[in-house]
Amino acid sequence: MTVSFDVNGRKVTVDPAARTTLADCLRHDVGMTGTHVGCEHGVCGACTVIVNGEAVRSCLMLAVQADGAKITTIEGIGAGEELSPLQLAFKKHHGLQCGFCTPGMLTTLHALLSQEPDADEERIRDVLSGNICRCTGYIPIIEAAMEAREAYRAKAGES
Amino acid sequence: MKLPTFDYHAPTSLAEAVALLAASEGSARPIAGGQSLMPVMAFRLAQPSALVDLRHVPGLDSIEVLAKEVKIGAMVRWRMIEESRELARVVPVLAAAMEHVAHYQIRNRGTVGGSLAHADPAAEFPALAVACDAVIDVVGSKGARAIKAADLFTGALETCLADDEIITAVRVPVWPKRRRWGFQEFARRRGDFAIAGIVAFYDLDQQGLITQAHIGVFGATDIPRRLPNAEAALNGQEPSEALFETVGDVASGEVNPQSDIHASRDYRRSLVGTLTKRALAQAAK
Amino acid sequence: MRTVNTYIGSPVERIEDQRFLTGTGEYVGDMSREGMWHAVFLRSPVGHGRILKIDASAALALEGVRAVLTGDDMGEDVPTIPFRRPNPTIGPFAQPIIGRGKVRYFGEPIAVVLADSQEIAEDALGLIDVEYEQLPAVLDRETCFADKVLLFEAQKSNVTSVFNAQKGSADEAFAKADVVVKDRFYTQRQTATPMETRGLLAEWDEKNRRLRVSGAAKLPFFNRKTMADMMKLPEEAVDYIEVDVGGGFGARGEFYPEDFLCAFAARKFNKPIKWVEDRREHFTAIGHSRECEAQVELALSKDGTILGMRGDLYVNIGAYVRPNGMTPVRNAAQFMTGPYRVPNIDLKAHAFVSNKTPAGTYRGPGRYEGCFFMERLMEMAADALQMDRVALRRKNLLTNTEMPYPLATVLPSDGRAETNCDSGDYRETFDRCLKEFHWDEKAKLDGQQVDGRYHGIAIASFIEGGASGPSEACKLELEADGSVTLYIGSSSIGQGVETVMLQITADALELPMDRLRIYHGSTDLLKEGWGSYGSRATVMGGSAIMMAAEKMLDRFREEAAKRLNVDPSSLTIAEGVARHADGRSVPLAEVASAKIVTEAKYTSWTPTYTYGAGAVHVAVDADTGHVQVLEYLVVDDVGRIINPLTLHGQVMGAAVQGFGSVFSEELAYDDQGTLLVGSLADYLLPLATDYPHIHCISTDNYPTPNHPIGAKGAGEGGIIPIGGVVANAVSSALKSFGVAPNILPLSPNRIWDLVQAAKRKA
Repeated sequence: MTVSFDVNGRKVTVDPAARTTLADCLRHDVGMTGTHVGCEHGVCGACTVIVNGEAVRSCLMLAVQADGAKITTIEGIGAGEELSPLQLAFKKHHGLQCGFCTPGMLTTLHALLSQEPDADEERIRDVLSGNICRCTGYIPIIEAAMEAREAYRAKAGES
Repeated sequence: MKLPTFDYHAPTSLAEAVALLAASEGSARPIAGGQSLMPVMAFRLAQPSALVDLRHVPGLDSIEVLAKEVKIGAMVRWRMIEESRELARVVPVLAAAMEHVAHYQIRNRGTVGGSLAHADPAAEFPALAVACDAVIDVVGSKGARAIKAADLFTGALETCLADDEIITAVRVPVWPKRRRWGFQEFARRRGDFAIAGIVAFYDLDQQGLITQAHIGVFGATDIPRRLPNAEAALNGQEPSEALFETVGDVASGEVNPQSDIHASRDYRRSLVGTLTKRALAQAAK
Repeated sequence: MRTVNTYIGSPVERIEDQRFLTGTGEYVGDMSREGMWHAVFLRSPVGHGRILKIDASAALALEGVRAVLTGDDMGEDVPTIPFRRPNPTIGPFAQPIIGRGKVRYFGEPIAVVLADSQEIAEDALGLIDVEYEQLPAVLDRETCFADKVLLFEAQKSNVTSVFNAQKGSADEAFAKADVVVKDRFYTQRQTATPMETRGLLAEWDEKNRRLRVSGAAKLPFFNRKTMADMMKLPEEAVDYIEVDVGGGFGARGEFYPEDFLCAFAARKFNKPIKWVEDRREHFTAIGHSRECEAQVELALSKDGTILGMRGDLYVNIGAYVRPNGMTPVRNAAQFMTGPYRVPNIDLKAHAFVSNKTPAGTYRGPGRYEGCFFMERLMEMAADALQMDRVALRRKNLLTNTEMPYPLATVLPSDGRAETNCDSGDYRETFDRCLKEFHWDEKAKLDGQQVDGRYHGIAIASFIEGGASGPSEACKLELEADGSVTLYIGSSSIGQGVETVMLQITADALELPMDRLRIYHGSTDLLKEGWGSYGSRATVMGGSAIMMAAEKMLDRFREEAAKRLNVDPSSLTIAEGVARHADGRSVPLAEVASAKIVTEAKYTSWTPTYTYGAGAVHVAVDADTGHVQVLEYLVVDDVGRIINPLTLHGQVMGAAVQGFGSVFSEELAYDDQGTLLVGSLADYLLPLATDYPHIHCISTDNYPTPNHPIGAKGAGEGGIIPIGGVVANAVSSALKSFGVAPNILPLSPNRIWDLVQAAKRKA
């Protein structure tokens, strides 16, 4: 089935089988393996991508359902090698160890803070309860998110 | 855990969707947000011959507040309920309960119709629908019908829907202004399915006595249902801690839960009492 | 080492992060090869049974299915997986790489499907027709010791081995004791659950008869040797290539049946074979751990001096003895007395097989279990003596003047029968923990009901082993531009090895980090090496780097001296420049033509012991059984801190894993041996909302005297004391009921059961 969507500002057209999830399509058909698959049943959150501005689990969405959508993945959070304030905060606070859950953490927080730059710690924790990290104990991730809010606030102020 | 093979259809009308389901003779399944169906398929517990995607079917994704009832389209996502100020005004328990529904990302995709059709006895929305005396609108090849929420669920993960019937909306009666309510859920972690949950509300008559008591339970029974004995024990009484304690015990006695790896029968039964008591205390505040 | 260096001890941000933050890391699931086949495994749906028939014809008929392999394709004898540590009795219990004739656990692989895609291979699984005769399952100690059902008929027992941890004379100590406390304790079966499931890519080069396995972790060199032996290839014909790895925690990277089966298929069909474990099979396939029952007692004099400990441990190791299956068993026996002065010990640790997934290690193997048993006994002893529990612990903690302090000797020996606590004042971290926790203030709340919940506090002490032998190797190469490349055997499992190793290298070579590069964990980089396990990478790898760096500096000095025509000893080296007193200098790049390459191998069997204390404050809802952790503080002394940022991350992460162990993670089976956990919705890992109040303080007051680097293996400090400290806090919170939380996990249901039982008794 021919499907076209926009990934990180790039238009792609692929031909996935009906049963191909958006996660597998991005990873294997588009060749963007930054999106990780940790459970394939919608619990771990590693595969989170942003579809039309909203964070969704790409293992619980069919690729064909993304036809016409605008998608942001971890590869689109920063500008290539240049890290965004959120990514820099993760580095500074050691908000990642093995890096496997990181794509989902970044995309979820990017979606959240773009919509709610004033989200408080409780809100951030609550939202991240849908993303499992086995390495960090979450606290450094929350610290990174709290620090990154400032940049999202500034961006919200601009627009 | 890759999905089994299936044909995929994305019809642009309800009639077309129903026709596709009817033609499959029960082997196709409708898909809305997919947040329940996709995991079930990933485990190959369901292997439909085709998925009939409702995403292009118009008219299913709005919340309409009418004079006596609020009509929530089947494709309304949890996020919309969470954020609807109007809904929070007319049936406040619905929006308040949303924070217990799975997680952020799931709430961006999961739908009202999908949850009702999936009929998980530990899910919040089916219980809310039953407790709130909601009516479910469905359309099938034999036409449209309205089903009382209490009649929709026939067992764990089972409904009375025909294979070619699609839920189009759920209609919930608008609440009187001063209705008292409480919602209590006990889950192992944030967003997990409930081990037990209670939706409780009532009104106070001019004498300050309880009337219209509604207590709905989920997680501890094979289908979400109301607890008539507990409701009867409330009606006509003055709210008090002692009363809530008694009603909690009645509620416990009214359920006969199953044991699983997370909770024994006795524990679940006790939780129903504790949560009933707490929901009523929350309502009384 | 250089006095002006700045890297060791600094919170250097990780160099790994760049690729992980931009989605450009490469994990095994990201790899692809032209024409590769995908492997999936058909696994036993019964816990114990005989295979009567396997018919794969329908599966083979499916388009895209290339082959189906079963035990019958493995030749006369199905190979078994060798052990990592010697033991006289475990031989017959080794795991065959595929189930043939008999299956002994739910999830045991019995066939491999090879297909053009993972989807098709999974479609084919359902088409393979297998008939089983189900046998009664052995699942717990009672059924095991009844010996009515045997997993291995040729053996007369389900017990694979018994370790005896001994010191002094326990019986004499008990004879003269004023107080003896004893009970039965249990820690539940769990698994490490890294966020990336396992997987590997096996490639066979028919022309050169070489095998390349990508996706290695933990033990690439040992596993290469194992693979070579099993494939009957010379060791040099096998390469284990490390790629990015999504977490290890002890479970990932041991030699598993799938490793061999993929390699076997790659050679048999001369095709690249890729396998990525799915989450459901992960729970049945990766090593389980922690299922241990203890019947132990502690003897004390009336002033609170510990006189001795004795008793039995029963470890349910699952269906087979895996490569390091004995590690938690012998560890539990040796380390149970932990940081306390226990002069007389007699513990027997019995390992028995059952129809469950074979066990291996998980973070703090045996130590977490042992600490739980010990700290429960200490709490009971304080009660029995009517002595303050803080004073009782303090009295028995080891101090630096007693170092080296011998722990119990464990026989049969696995090469490490004897060991000594190396350095440190265990009271110091204990006191620091009390102080930072504000113990006296919080003690006022202990046992009190506040807003309907019961508050409780507790403190526990622990030791953590590290620096596992035998050796680590590295090589430093001077590049043409004056930069230096480090090749090291230590592997990365997500813990920040690259950054830490380069910090050590930079300081040792007196070079800035940006002039260094690292390659690690793959067998094609070095002739020999080991890997990352048992909290060893920093100490063993770091020590090897220091040796190689010293050699490189000597060579640099020699070459520079030649060019300046001076005596080498007259040169000082800083920032990559050799300088003479006369002002002349030679930068490192100038001697690149000398092709300086130095190698070092650091060998040691002497472990390090990081130690510390953890304190917790909980609030218990007696009606629902829910426990909220209001605060957890862990203080540890790690000898020498290399990177406070990554160390803090390790301890913090371990602590949250520990809460999962205490409260929610459990691999439950039904009475037929069916694993009841198949998803992350059933196996309850801690979430971001669960444990927000954790603090970790690490000090480095007492370097280990046994390794030049001074650092001790660290990163398990958060998890080891947590079972004991939380159970004691819960018992303290609920002291008005009189509950004894001796069985983990402390699920809401279990706490509620304890409260109900206490109410019935009262």
